[in-house]
Amino acid sequence: MIEEPLSNSERLIRMATIGRPEPKAQVPTPQTATPVTDQPGEAFLEARSLNVFYGHFQALRSVSIQVPGRQITAIIGPSGCGKSTFIRCFNRMNDTIAGFRAEGQVLFQGRNIYDRRIDVVDVRRRIGMVFQKPNPFPKSIYENVAFGPRINGYEGRLDEIVERALHRAALWDEVKDKIRQNAYALSGGQQQRLCIARALAIEPEVILMDEPCSALDPVATLKIEDLMRQLARDYTIVIVTHNMQQAARVSDWTAVMMMSEDRAGECIEFSATNEIFTNPREKRTEDYITGRFG
Amino acid sequence: MTISERAFHRRLFLRRGTALGFSIICITATLLAIAVLGVLLVQVASKGLDRVSWDFINSFPSRNAGDAGIKAALWGTLWMMAITAIVAVPIGLGAAIYLEEYAPRNWLTSVIQVNISNLAGVPSVVYGLLGLALFVRAIQLERSVLAGALTMALLVLPIIIIAAQESLRAVPNSIREAAYAVGASRSQMVFHQVVPAALPGVLTGVILALSRAIGETAPLITIGALLFVPFTPHSPFDKFTVLPIQIFNWTSRPQEAFQQNAAAGIIVLLAVLLTMNSVAIFLRNRFQANARG
Amino acid sequence: MGIIQPPVTRSVSRIKPRGQLEARLRNTREAAVTGVLFLCAAVSVVTTAAIVLTLLGETVSFFQDVSPIEFFTGTKWTPLFTPAQYGVLPLLAGTLLIAICAAVFAVPLGLITAIYLSEYAPRWLRAIIKPMLEIIAGIPTVVLGFFALTFIGPDIVKPLFGTSQIFSALAASLAVGIMIIPLISSLSEDAMSAVPLGLREGAYALGATKYEVARRVVVPAALSGIIASFILAVSRAVGETMIVAIAAGGTPNLTWNPLEAVETMTAYIVQISLGDTPQGSLEFRTIFAVGMTLFVMTLAMNIVSQYLLHKFREVYE
Repeated sequence: MIEEPLSNSERLIRMATIGRPEPKAQVPTPQTATPVTDQPGEAFLEARSLNVFYGHFQALRSVSIQVPGRQITAIIGPSGCGKSTFIRCFNRMNDTIAGFRAEGQVLFQGRNIYDRRIDVVDVRRRIGMVFQKPNPFPKSIYENVAFGPRINGYEGRLDEIVERALHRAALWDEVKDKIRQNAYALSGGQQQRLCIARALAIEPEVILMDEPCSALDPVATLKIEDLMRQLARDYTIVIVTHNMQQAARVSDWTAVMMMSEDRAGECIEFSATNEIFTNPREKRTEDYITGRFG
Repeated sequence: MTISERAFHRRLFLRRGTALGFSIICITATLLAIAVLGVLLVQVASKGLDRVSWDFINSFPSRNAGDAGIKAALWGTLWMMAITAIVAVPIGLGAAIYLEEYAPRNWLTSVIQVNISNLAGVPSVVYGLLGLALFVRAIQLERSVLAGALTMALLVLPIIIIAAQESLRAVPNSIREAAYAVGASRSQMVFHQVVPAALPGVLTGVILALSRAIGETAPLITIGALLFVPFTPHSPFDKFTVLPIQIFNWTSRPQEAFQQNAAAGIIVLLAVLLTMNSVAIFLRNRFQANARG
Repeated sequence: MGIIQPPVTRSVSRIKPRGQLEARLRNTREAAVTGVLFLCAAVSVVTTAAIVLTLLGETVSFFQDVSPIEFFTGTKWTPLFTPAQYGVLPLLAGTLLIAICAAVFAVPLGLITAIYLSEYAPRWLRAIIKPMLEIIAGIPTVVLGFFALTFIGPDIVKPLFGTSQIFSALAASLAVGIMIIPLISSLSEDAMSAVPLGLREGAYALGATKYEVARRVVVPAALSGIIASFILAVSRAVGETMIVAIAAGGTPNLTWNPLEAVETMTAYIVQISLGDTPQGSLEFRTIFAVGMTLFVMTLAMNIVSQYLLHKFREVYE
């Protein structure tokens, strides 16, 4: 698994101060990344030659990434390179955007979720999402968490489901006395954890997180990062972040995306996090990580 | 070409003067517009306030001005409002939801939108003519409360639709995304999250539309609501009259006593409107407070 | 491809696994909901169609008995007398006279009020004035008709102009003007608020006075929106019924003198509806022909004003 989170950051800082290592051979893009460390079998969640278009504009070009199960995969890259577009393909949230068209495949447990026969509601039940800006419903805390199980039909008592989800999101102790209060009364960090609880309540297998901490203060951010590591024991997590240190701290695997000249996003490298931050294969990755651009 | 100091200051003086003069005109104009409201209220009150009493509210109209009351008109108004609301609100809300949440952005949807805007501007007599031809004659509802209410429902439908659409539009998209992300279908997302969030605005719009309906006279006269009705409706198929028509009736009589009746009727009508709008504002504030938490 | 099922310690009461049947039921439900909602939206289209068909049908049948040329060019409107004459021009003139006088009164007042609210008034004052204008907009037209008959006529028009009769186009059009001032004011103010602050600031930075900014920058920039509001207000005045039925008079009169009593198209429709004319008779059917004329006029004006508003919005969005 991953080494202690801080060591990656330390290496990152060391690398930046010492100077860049010898240039590696240019590997032609796009590449299907082969994870370096041991991988228990096939990929749990996979994008295969995924091309995304909004009308005539190509937003993603031939992205192929294999996300391992029950680990944290981070997607990093400069703003505008298509990270959010990419992660939203995993639960078909982009379907709601006019003009969206996807070519290629997104495979979840072996089945292409963009297949016409697949029920998109089923996909979203099993692949949950937490958004950049916390977006609780304008209802009570209880209702926020209960909404998912309720509309999906549930077996068991809603109260139990809500309490369990709030426990798993490390929010229960803070809200157990005010569970019927409006969710907007919570702080930003608490609202985001509420959104995580809401996603957990329907018992997904994957949790997608689109820059979950970018609207939060540092203290709240650290709480959510701890939460992520806890959750990774039971769920597969994919996180988009523009904060490289966060990716280095938290993730097991990292995908690096870049915008090409025609503004289509591509994945230029995908490896174990240590490798990306200490020994990147691509020059562009190295330039990005050492802050030369982006 | 340079401007001499003196010429500049002279011009500046003129310009400042014009600006000041215009400000005065502005304030006067605005005050005039507002003053009209005051004059109207004072005039109505002075003529009619004495006449308003429990007897007045509880009596039927009569040829004798002193005995006449607005009981029939008041009950007619209430009956008509209730049926109008029952018919127009679900249809209007449904149409608004369709246009905002379901309709694809194509030419058909644009046509429907434009059509609704145009309907909002059609004179109310024309709705009366439609009601006459459609409800009174074709469906043979005769001059009943039901015919009147259906006509009024068509009249207020565009207003409700437009107000509801604005409220739905104001609900942030992040809520829709969040609902989709937990596996909600479109109708679950719309009816469990978006519509409840838009409810304060919709409610306000509905009450405003109904306020407009209460004050409408012409369409009801056209479909045949009677001027002299000495009874209250007991079923939707009864003949009826409404407050504005009763007021119109009294206003048209030259005797001063009837003028006073008209003024009193106006006071009652304005009181009803004031109550409705206050309820609207109260409900809206209450819902907004709940949503904020 | 192998399928990975990560062994997760999950709770016992879990979401029950769903299948094809549930998906199909859900899709049926969604389709049904969409259908019902579409029908609601279709009601509006059906309404327009019904209005057009009704008016058109009755008008066509009317024109089989009365020549359209007489209708549109005749100067005498006496359908209930013998010999019956069916020239709509007196009614049309009455309508236009009232609408124009109301506009002459309301347009400057409404526009200046809008400029004041948009450019001059402090926030607290706006918060008072705007609701008051809303209230004026909400006054039922019977009330304004009563006001015109009992106050504007006897206490303003009579003393000022020395007329002796109760009804006059002027009294009615002043009341109609009052009715449309809030419409002009709020729409024009919306148009002016949409003008970007940057335009104003540029002018102020050059040393312009408030009046100059309003006149030379804001109003020209908002012009199509402002004109749209005028047209909409005139359309509303044309369609107004009760004020004119109460205060303008009941006899058709082809004149441009606002001090005389006139009858408008709308008031005529009400007059016939109140009377004993048998339904289905030619005299009764005149209300549909008049109604059609009215509908076409207001529709044309509304379409023009919508177009202007649309053009205006495009520029600033």
